[in-house]
Amino acid sequence: MNNKPDRLLSGAAAINETIHEAMDRDQSVIIIGEDIAGGAGLGGKNEGAMGGSFGVTKGLLESFGPQRVRDTPISEAAIAGVAIGAAAAGLRPIVDMMWSSFTPLAFDQILNQAAKMRYMFGGQARIPVVLRMAMGAGLGAAGQHSDTLYSIFTHIPGLKVVVPSCPSDAKGLLAASIADDNPVLFFEHMGLYGMKEAVPTSRYQIPLGKAKVVREGQDITIVGISMMVQKALEAATRLEEIGIKAEVIDPRTLSPIDDEAIFNSVRKTGRLLIVDESPPRCSIATDISARVSEAVYDALKAPIKRITSPHTPVPLSPPLEAAYIPSVEKITSIAENLIVEH
Amino acid sequence: MSMITDKELLKLYQTMLRIRMFEERVTREFRKGDMPGFVHSYVGAEAVAAGVCIHLDDDDYISSTHRGHGHCIAKGCSFKDMLAELYGRETGLCKGRGGSMHIADFARGMLGANAIVGGGIALAAGGALANQTRGTDRVSITFFGDGACNQGILHETMNLAAIWKLPLIFVCENNGWAESTPVSYSTSVPNISDRADAYGFPGVTVDASDTIAVYEIAEQAIRRARDKQGPTLIEAKIGRMMGHYLGDPEGYRPRELKTEAKTKDPIPPLESLLAAKKITKERDLVHFRQQIDNELTDAVDFAKTSPLPDGATVESEVYAA
Repeated sequence: MNNKPDRLLSGAAAINETIHEAMDRDQSVIIIGEDIAGGAGLGGKNEGAMGGSFGVTKGLLESFGPQRVRDTPISEAAIAGVAIGAAAAGLRPIVDMMWSSFTPLAFDQILNQAAKMRYMFGGQARIPVVLRMAMGAGLGAAGQHSDTLYSIFTHIPGLKVVVPSCPSDAKGLLAASIADDNPVLFFEHMGLYGMKEAVPTSRYQIPLGKAKVVREGQDITIVGISMMVQKALEAATRLEEIGIKAEVIDPRTLSPIDDEAIFNSVRKTGRLLIVDESPPRCSIATDISARVSEAVYDALKAPIKRITSPHTPVPLSPPLEAAYIPSVEKITSIAENLIVEH
Repeated sequence: MSMITDKELLKLYQTMLRIRMFEERVTREFRKGDMPGFVHSYVGAEAVAAGVCIHLDDDDYISSTHRGHGHCIAKGCSFKDMLAELYGRETGLCKGRGGSMHIADFARGMLGANAIVGGGIALAAGGALANQTRGTDRVSITFFGDGACNQGILHETMNLAAIWKLPLIFVCENNGWAESTPVSYSTSVPNISDRADAYGFPGVTVDASDTIAVYEIAEQAIRRARDKQGPTLIEAKIGRMMGHYLGDPEGYRPRELKTEAKTKDPIPPLESLLAAKKITKERDLVHFRQQIDNELTDAVDFAKTSPLPDGATVESEVYAA
């Protein structure tokens, strides 16, 4: 790392910078997806003006040209499949899936092809592909644009699943994902895009499979997934005002998952609260709960508690959407109850 | 178009004979009951794999199907490596993790058989994209059956290949049946090649019992792709000489259609042509058969005496380090 001062960068800008750096450094990195340039094929000054639905891929076309910045028709299955095939053939494609809710259109390519090729072919294949996607409730995008599908992909052997919770992590985790020789699903919460933070100017990687203790404490462990880490931190500040010291853990990656970091924290605090924006059944929250109860049951002073969305699609209307997303108030009060009652 | 040479004719024949005899041996061995999994025979389609792959090198890519032994052999995979895989052995091409329906040989540009109908189409397009991005003249071939013609991924990939002029050849092996469903019922056009019109690239139908015709059409399509002119759809009409899988009772197929399919065997007319052109004599054919038979016997012995994988390794090769 060099010693240049960090600057305030949004999550969207941090991701954009990371893609620029990776493509600049390695000719085999390409990017492919819907509207990643905008005005594709027109060749004039308007081409590339859009830079993705969320502006995350801005400037890539100008820097790297249409051979390596492939704007596509709306064909999610083919986009994923072509990228996976190109990865098998030696490129390192980044796919912009736009929204997490669109991955089901490409599910065969992800589940039956990308995830299984290495295993089925006895280790011959390397599939260094990153599928990036936006996700999350809070924008009023409702049912078909808001899903946080990371649990579904965590279930599938052969995939890696990354859930950055802040811009500086997004930069290091994306750099590590692009360098990884496995298919990686990289979930970018809509809340992350606008969040600003000091982000190092230097290039760096954050290893996949290593959790971060974001805040230390000894009374209760709160594991947050993606932007729920930020809510857990806010709750921890409120809990401190009433004398409760919460430890907040960001797993950073769900597959692989850093069990030991979570187990060690629970051994210390004896209490575990998991906060996850996705529905509760067969989910990452449920998975972490099971893993902890199997491994460190004796350390628990209270039942493990999960705060998730209800088991519903994401609703439109603001009060319904607010009821869907785990709130700081709910995290604070449930954490407090876990300590008062146990 | 260049005329096929005697040497190439002989090579085509030998490849086709290798495929045929491999499948016949696999059929016999499979019936003994000690080969795990499902096996789908390539018998009857030999001219397609041979007539296409004769124009390829190891750095050209192919994606294949659940019925993929012929593509493997035509792309140069060894009998030993393939049979060890079919028997689920550690010495197999995929260390016994894949079997017949998931066989692959990346060193030969064989990006995998695929047990999802249409599953390999976009993957081969990805190989073509890699070739195009690197600026080489290498091509990709995706083999698929008539059953895949009504999968959405084919539509998406044909369109993408057209707009990007990918060096990709779509080779549809139309044997008339998607398992038990006749193509006449399942498909909206009389010739699957007609669908290329919708994407603005050439589509051509060829009778797969005419080996030379397949060779010539494949040569044109591959040259077009190497010349950066974009994709071609080749529909090869094949007689399905066997059932969908080994052991298929085929109660759904009328006897007369089975008999008719057997008249489409590409090998006897090719043998007649070789004799007429005086490229081979009868004793040469006997010699070829003997050689291939010996190689198959050795390969079956190798496979059956190879170690099975250790159950303790079940979790290896899920992730690249």
